Amino acid sequence: MIELVHVEKTYQADLATPFTAVDDVSLSIAAGKLTVLKGPSGSGKTTLLTLIGCMARPTSGRIHLHGLPEDTLPELKEGDALEITSLPERFLTAIRRRTFGFIFQQFNLIRGISVLENVMLPTYPTGEDHQRVEASAIQRLEALGLARHLRAPVDRLSGGEAQRVAIARALINDPLVIIADEPTAHLDSKLSEDFMELMGQFKSSGKTLLITSHDPIVYGSPLADRVVEMRDGRIVKGS
Amino acid sequence: MRAPIQRYRNILDFALSSLLRRKGRNLALICVYTLVIFVIASLIFFVQALKREARELLIQAPDMVVQRMVAGRHDPIPTIQAEAIRAIRGVEAVQPRLWGYYYDPVFGGNLTVMAASDQELAVDSVWVGRGVARSMRVNEGDLISLRGYGGQPILFAVQKILPEASELVSSDLVLMSEKDVRALFNFPEGLATDLAVTAGNPRELATIAAKIVELFPDTRPIMKTEILRTYEAIFDWRGGLMVVVLGSAILAFIIFAWDKATGLSAEERKEIGILKSIGWESSDVLLLKFWEGAVVSLTAFLSGVLLAYVHVFFFSASLFEHALKGWSVLFPRYRLVPALDAYQLTVLFFLTVLPYTAATLVPIWRAATVDPDAAMRS
Ligand SMILES: Nc1ncnc2c1ncn2[C@@H]1O[C@H](COP(=O)(O)OP(=O)(O)OP(=O)(O)O)[C@@H](O)[C@H]1O
Ligand SMILES: [Mg+2]
Repeated sequence: MIELVHVEKTYQADLATPFTAVDDVSLSIAAGKLTVLKGPSGSGKTTLLTLIGCMARPTSGRIHLHGLPEDTLPELKEGDALEITSLPERFLTAIRRRTFGFIFQQFNLIRGISVLENVMLPTYPTGEDHQRVEASAIQRLEALGLARHLRAPVDRLSGGEAQRVAIARALINDPLVIIADEPTAHLDSKLSEDFMELMGQFKSSGKTLLITSHDPIVYGSPLADRVVEMRDGRIVKGS
Repeated sequence: MRAPIQRYRNILDFALSSLLRRKGRNLALICVYTLVIFVIASLIFFVQALKREARELLIQAPDMVVQRMVAGRHDPIPTIQAEAIRAIRGVEAVQPRLWGYYYDPVFGGNLTVMAASDQELAVDSVWVGRGVARSMRVNEGDLISLRGYGGQPILFAVQKILPEASELVSSDLVLMSEKDVRALFNFPEGLATDLAVTAGNPRELATIAAKIVELFPDTRPIMKTEILRTYEAIFDWRGGLMVVVLGSAILAFIIFAWDKATGLSAEERKEIGILKSIGWESSDVLLLKFWEGAVVSLTAFLSGVLLAYVHVFFFSASLFEHALKGWSVLFPRYRLVPALDAYQLTVLFFLTVLPYTAATLVPIWRAATVDPDAAMRS
């Protein structure tokens, strides 16, 4: 599904204090599996996610995406691998939207608007039919036990609820890959276990899951097919 | 794959809900913005309307008016002088005019009483302007009572109310027969208020004026072009004042808009990052902010213009009364006839709505083009 070849990310490369956050990482992430990235703080996990998720470009190296649907980009053929590091910004956005669903560490919900609107937000620029999107957003939120909070502003939600809203939002464009950055950092162990159970459901529905964590509930879970350990920007175990 | 219209609608919807989200800030913004537009538009409407009135006034004015001066003051002129003036070469017609001001103590205003030049008007009947009809509360067929020179009341039948081509010209007018004017004011026979002179060739007016002064050194000929120049000068002076006021208002507004619009709060910056990280393109974010700016500025523009319209044409620019007292001396209290200048409104639109919207977009442009990974760390 995702293949990284000698990927390196150096921040402030043009300044006197360059910092290599991801150093020569080669890794291949299997489709339909749950991969956990673990490692101490500052080891480059988040940075690696932003590279995979087309949010930032690596300084060097290649990232290939396999098995994208044909309509992701014009002129993409079934079975082609897409090398994303050299694509223009516009295409990266399209890939990001169609392929990845992000669950951020801080949830990153937009304050002041309703739960429902937050979930629908990623679809606005695609010009999809409003009613249809709304119906599917409501359905997802109900499945996540948020039926009572559809119209509530997100500011009032508890941490666990906010995270489930973020999950619903990540799913609204029906992505192939779900990327979660430290998803359990703000949750107690009961909620963390609920979260993993949910991830299990997504896995069995065929999604590819990529999660960073230093929480044993995550990397120790029987659902985790593979645990990759990072340190100082390099993979030290599990590749 | 994309449905463009739906995209615009979705983003507009979100822009509206974003504006509501920051209700306080945006309301304050719209209020100040509306106020600026209101002041500027009021000035524009006001000057425009006055210019129109003056134009009307002058269209009806004769080429030249001859007054007699006694001790530097305007005095009745003997009608026999009309004969002598008519004999001057180039003069086409001379018409003695009989008019005066009548102070109405009940309504506290001046009326212009004028003898109708044609003989249509029967004795004891009058035509009145709209302003007169309004303040005296009379309709066609009613009677009005004016106090004669000796204090005795004189009754007149209102035969007609003058059409409202321009209120300023005819609003305070009372037309009656020459005989009635003389009776009302005790104006001696053989004298007129002034003489209206028409020349066959307007270019000869200066020569004619010189001849008149030669013939009657105690008269003063006033040419329409001179009146025109005086008005123009007044308007230009006022207009110049307007330009200064307008200019400073717009400048203040631009500074205000720049300040308001360019200050992108940390919260907004973060939101842009979030939007980009969930799949919005820079162009989508720009469209969103464009809608927000456009909604704010259009709302303010329309309400400002509307308020100004009501202010000037329904309340006679009452807020400017103090600042522009000169006008109320020139033109006593009238309701101005609505005159809209599309050109000036367009200019106003481009001077306010465009810079504001542009000013909102500048910082967003910078923020929207950053990498979305910023959203991952905040
Ligand atoms: N924009 C940046 N400029 C410079 N250095 C950066 C930037 N972003 C991240 N870094 C550095 O890169 C390193 C890796 O950061 P990253 O966020 O990927 O770590 P992480 O493994 O996700 O840590 P944590 O577990 O605490 O989230 C850190 O030392 C960080 O300071
Ligand atoms: Mg991190």
